[in-house]
Amino acid sequence: MEKKVSIEKVCILAGKIMLESGAETHRVEDTMNRIASAFDVVNPQSYATPTGINFAVDIADETYFLRITTRSTDLHKIAKVNHISRRITAKELNLSEAFSSLNAVDKEPLLYPSWVRVIFAAFASGCFAIMFGGVWNDFIPAFVAGGLGYAGMLGVDRFLEIRFLSEFLGSVIIGIVTVIVIYFGIGKEMDKIIIGGVMPLVPGLLITNAVRDLISGHLIAGLSKGAEAIITAFAIGAGIAVVFAFI
Amino acid sequence: MDIFAQLVTSFIASAAFGILFNTPKRALIQCGLVGMIGWIVYYVLVAQGLHVVPATILAAMLVALLSYFCSKIYRMPIIIFNVSGIIPLVPGGSAYNAMRHFVINDYYTAVQLSTKVMLLSGGIAIGLMFSEVISQVVRKIAAAKR
Repeated sequence: MEKKVSIEKVCILAGKIMLESGAETHRVEDTMNRIASAFDVVNPQSYATPTGINFAVDIADETYFLRITTRSTDLHKIAKVNHISRRITAKELNLSEAFSSLNAVDKEPLLYPSWVRVIFAAFASGCFAIMFGGVWNDFIPAFVAGGLGYAGMLGVDRFLEIRFLSEFLGSVIIGIVTVIVIYFGIGKEMDKIIIGGVMPLVPGLLITNAVRDLISGHLIAGLSKGAEAIITAFAIGAGIAVVFAFI
Repeated sequence: MDIFAQLVTSFIASAAFGILFNTPKRALIQCGLVGMIGWIVYYVLVAQGLHVVPATILAAMLVALLSYFCSKIYRMPIIIFNVSGIIPLVPGGSAYNAMRHFVINDYYTAVQLSTKVMLLSGGIAIGLMFSEVISQVVRKIAAAKR
């Protein structure tokens, strides 16, 4: 009995890390089932949605549940959990080793510090302004707007735990910066600068993942991810609109 | 010259998004290359007069194929490569434009743009499913040979 509980703990912890890091639902369920099978569970039952995980070692057996509250994109952790699950399948790790290494992955900080991410968000914004047909004059304004907007989003995220407000304020900052640079004649095309600037905030990944989940039959996961994506996009659009309302 | 600028910017943008998504360091260059190749295919196809939706599907298929090979070569989950690689194709600009038209009460344009966003993300999903098709076919062929 003691051992059985541990299997569930390992599976749920692996699933939790993967879901919080933004893995697709079917990948999470697949990984949990693989880990369980490696520990000789014949008929594992796992059910993952973006907000919670259910897991049982057999049908109509005791079911365990875990609530997921935060979601971000952290591919580094997904790769780590994938590696651990491969080692479990290859029988290189026993239950307690697997549990402690998963715990270590769960506690790991983000791979890149905030200032590095802000700088690269700025570069991405500048490049997107060019890719969407802007001229080179728009590179620096989009660079500045995108960097400040992303930094603002990270900062608000740290102080206030209200979802979607950080994206809203981030895009307000982008709008203000864009209006200022256009006013001083540094940038040329307002639309391109704003689109470049908001690209790091836009939930492009969520939109795509939502459609993929829907197509692969994970209907609840797809709908809830789609709702999150739409509200985020709406927050960004509203932030820009607030700025437009005042000029 | 124009193509060259697109190559450089799409490479930097994809790799930079890799950093925003906390991609492991040894995968960043590959992410940038996957994103660059996908975007250039899309860009050339659209410049040749193809409609954006089929162009997105074809480019996403290529991204899926490249990500599949990268994941096999570097032994990492495929999501690491296709997430950053697909970012240039994602209709973030159209999604933002749609929302902007909604909030300024231009519903007519907004609904049009939202439909475009839905079609484009559907196209990306179809393209990305291609990698699952390949991996299943490869697995079945390998199983049949045994």
